[in-house]
Amino acid sequence: MRYDVVVIGAGVAGLTAGARLAEGGARVCVLAKGMGSTHLAPGTVDVLGYDGGERVESPASVLPDFVSRHPDHPYALVSVAPALEWFAACVERGPKPGYRYVGSLEHNVLLPTALGAARPSALVPTTMAGGDLGDPAPICVVGFRVLRDFHASLCAANVARSGVEARGVEIDLNLHTGRAEENSLGIARHFDDPGFRSAFSTRVAPSLRPGERLGLPAVLGVRDPQGALTDLEQRLERPLFEIPTLPPSAPGIRVYDILRAALRSAGGRLVIGAEVVGASRDGTRVTSVRAHTSGHDHVYEARWFVLATGGVASGAIELGSDWVARENALGLSLSGAPADGAARFDPDYFAEQPLNRIGVAVDSSLTGEGTDNVLVAGAALPGAIPWREGSGEGISLSTGFAAARTVLEREGAAAAA
Amino acid sequence: MNPDTRHPTPDTPLFDLLRGSLDHCVKCTICETACPVSNVTPLFPGPKYAGPQAERYRDPAAPSVEWSVDYCSGCGICTQVCPQGVKIAELNAHARRRVKARKGVPLRDKIVGRPTLLGRLGTPAAPLANASLRLRPIRVLAEKVLGVHRDAPVPKFAGRTFRSWAKKHKSPATGRRVVYFHGCGTQYYEPDVGEKVVAVLEHNGFEVDVPLKQDCCGLPLQSNGLFDDARAYVLRLARVLAPHARNGAIIVGNATSCTLMLKREAREILELEDDPDLKLVSEKTYDICELLLELHDRGELNTDFRPLEESVAYHAPCQQQGHWIGKPALDLLALVPGLQVHEMDARCCGIAGTYGLKAEKYDIAMKVGEDLFQQVADSGAAVVACDSETCRWQIEHGTHKPSAHPIELLHRAYGL
Repeated sequence: MRYDVVVIGAGVAGLTAGARLAEGGARVCVLAKGMGSTHLAPGTVDVLGYDGGERVESPASVLPDFVSRHPDHPYALVSVAPALEWFAACVERGPKPGYRYVGSLEHNVLLPTALGAARPSALVPTTMAGGDLGDPAPICVVGFRVLRDFHASLCAANVARSGVEARGVEIDLNLHTGRAEENSLGIARHFDDPGFRSAFSTRVAPSLRPGERLGLPAVLGVRDPQGALTDLEQRLERPLFEIPTLPPSAPGIRVYDILRAALRSAGGRLVIGAEVVGASRDGTRVTSVRAHTSGHDHVYEARWFVLATGGVASGAIELGSDWVARENALGLSLSGAPADGAARFDPDYFAEQPLNRIGVAVDSSLTGEGTDNVLVAGAALPGAIPWREGSGEGISLSTGFAAARTVLEREGAAAAA
Repeated sequence: MNPDTRHPTPDTPLFDLLRGSLDHCVKCTICETACPVSNVTPLFPGPKYAGPQAERYRDPAAPSVEWSVDYCSGCGICTQVCPQGVKIAELNAHARRRVKARKGVPLRDKIVGRPTLLGRLGTPAAPLANASLRLRPIRVLAEKVLGVHRDAPVPKFAGRTFRSWAKKHKSPATGRRVVYFHGCGTQYYEPDVGEKVVAVLEHNGFEVDVPLKQDCCGLPLQSNGLFDDARAYVLRLARVLAPHARNGAIIVGNATSCTLMLKREAREILELEDDPDLKLVSEKTYDICELLLELHDRGELNTDFRPLEESVAYHAPCQQQGHWIGKPALDLLALVPGLQVHEMDARCCGIAGTYGLKAEKYDIAMKVGEDLFQQVADSGAAVVACDSETCRWQIEHGTHKPSAHPIELLHRAYGL
C-alpha cells in the first residue's frame, strides 16, 4: 500500500494529524492496533490545568513562562491556539448537529469531575459548559442507581467544598433492559430517544428545587447530544450539564466520531486492528511499516510517517523486564529515561516518577531522532506529565496539528523544488 | 484425550495466544462500547465480562459458572477494537464451545452448521425447496421442531452450482494464476457472483483456477461450537488449496467470513497453528477487494470503468473488519465514475452467520441490525453493497432493498 503519509495511532493526536493531512490534500492512511484513548477520556480539551501543583487560571498567560522553565515540553515546540481553533471548527461541521466546544486559552473553565473535584479545561462541550464552578448557582447532582460508577452524593459533597452549594439525589431510570447495572454509553443511547427523555423529565422533576442547575453523569446521547440537552433544559426549565464518567465516556466517543468523520470526509483511510510491528529504512528515511494483519502482514509504504501511538499507558512505550525502555512500533530512540543504574521508581507513589517524562526523542520540528521523515505526536512525546499538568488533549491536538503542518509544508517545498 | 474437551494449558501455543492475552486487559471497556449484542440485550453481559473477566474463573475440570456466552454472536469486533491485543472473541469462542458441549448441541446447530449438506439437498429440488422455505406453515413447523425462526432470512437455492459452471469454464492462459476459493454461498445460492468474480479477475489479467474438490471452510460449525467437525472441514480444504499455494498461486475469495476463517480463525480458534498446509493457505489467502486494491496501488488495476449513475450504501461486515485491512471495497467503489457511495458506520447487521436464524436469537439479531437498517434508509441509496452473503441476506430482510457484493458493481462498471 502506498501513501503520502501513514499515521500510526487513532487517538486524538493520530486522528487530528490524519484529518489535517487529508484536508491538505495528502493521501493518508491511519493505522491503529485498536480504538484510541478517546473512549476513556472525559471529552474536554485540557491545555494546562496545573503548573507545579498550582491551578492555572489562564493557560495563555502562563504558557510562555511554563515553556521557558520546561524547554523539553511539547508546548515549547508547537503553538496551541491554531489547533484549538481547528478542532472547534471541526466539531461545528461534524456529525453531531448543534454540538459545539466553547471556551478559550485565556481562561480555564472549572468543571466538576465524577468525584466532584474541580477540573480546569480550556475548551468544553456545550453539554458540559453549564457546570462551570465559577457560577454560584446551586447544583443538584442526579445519579442513577443503575450506573454504579457514579455517586451523586459524593460528587455533590466535593462540589460543595469548591464553594458552590450542591446536593446529590439518586433516582431509578427504569431502563427496562433487565440488567442490574448499565454503563454510561448504554444509558446515553437511551437519552437519544425523545420518549425516554420525556419519561426521565417527569421522573426527575419532583426532586429538583427552584434555581438549581441539574448535573447529570455524561449520558446525554451519542447521536444528538445537543438536541438532548436543549430538549431536557426546556422540559425541566433550568440549565443542565454533563459530568464526565468513568469509562466508557460518551463525550469522549463523540470526540472520536467527530475526528473520524473529519478524516473520512477528507478522504483519509482508517484501518483498525492493524498493529504496526516494524519498519524498513533506507538510511535515515523510513520507507515502509509492516502491520500485523490476519493471515499475512501488510506493508504500508509512504514518504512520511506520523507516530501517534501514545506513551507508557497505551503500551506504545514499554519498560522491559531487562529494565530497557523501548518504543514498540518503529523502534525509535527514547529520551527522558533514567540513566543506567539510576532509580526507575520512587517509592512514593504520588511523587514525580523517574519515568514520567519518557517519550520518543525528537528535534524541534517533532521529527524523531535518527529519522528524516517520522514525526511524533501526542503522548508518545517526551517532557510532559499530562495527568499532572492537565494537558493531555492540548498536547495531542497541538502536536498532531503541527506534525501535519510540517509534512504539508515540506511536501509543498519539495513539490516547488 | 477427547480433543473436544481440551482446554488451553501452559503447554500449548494456544495458551500463550489466548489465556496469555488476558493479562493485557486493562478493563478500559472499549470492547463493551463496540459489542453489537450486549448493547441490545441483557442476555449477553458483554465481551469484557464474558471474556477476560470470566475466563479467570473458568476451570476445565469444573462446570462453567456462566452460560451467557452462548449469546455472543462471535462477530469478533471486540478483538478488532481492543487497543491491548486481548483475544476476546477467540476466548469467548472457546468458552461458548464448552458451554454448548455441556448443554448439548441442538440438532439445528448441526444442520445450519453444514451449508454443504443443505446445498446438496436443496440444489436439485430448488423450486420445491425455495417454495417450501417461504411457506408459512412450514416455517412455523421448522421453528417449533428445529428452532429456526419463522421470519429469519433464508437464501434461495440457485438450482445450479457454481462449480458446474466452473467445470466448463476455461480461463484464458496468462500465466498469472490465482486460485478462486468461492465458498458455499457462491456454490449453492449465488453462482452468478462467482462468475462475476472470475470475470473481474480475468479482466485484470489473471488466469483463474477453481479447484473442484474445494468444500466448506468449517466456519459455521466452529461458530456453533462443533470444533472437531470444523477442524475436519477446514483441514480438508487446506489440503486442496495448499498444493496451489505451494506452486506460488495466491488464493482469493469473495466470502469475507470464509477467507477470515482461512486466514486466522481456524489457526487461532481451532488450535491449528501448527498445520503446515493451513499455515501456508492462511498466508496466501486474499479477500477479492484486498487483492484488487493492492493491484490498484501498484498501478496494475484495470480502471476502464464506465460511469454508474446510482447511489449505493456500503456496509463492511464484522468478519471483513476482522481482516484488519480497513475497507478496500470503499476505495474500489470510489474509482467508479458517477457512483455515489455512502459509508455506513453502524457496527453489525445482526445475523453473524447462523446466529440470527435461531429462534431464541432472531429478535436480538434484528435489534442489532436496527441502526444499520436505519442508516441505509436515511442514505436514500437504492442498493446496499456488502462483502458477506449472510449479511446481505439479513440486510435485504431488514431494509427491503436489494443488495450486491461490491464485485457485482465493479463487474457492471467494467461493462462485462
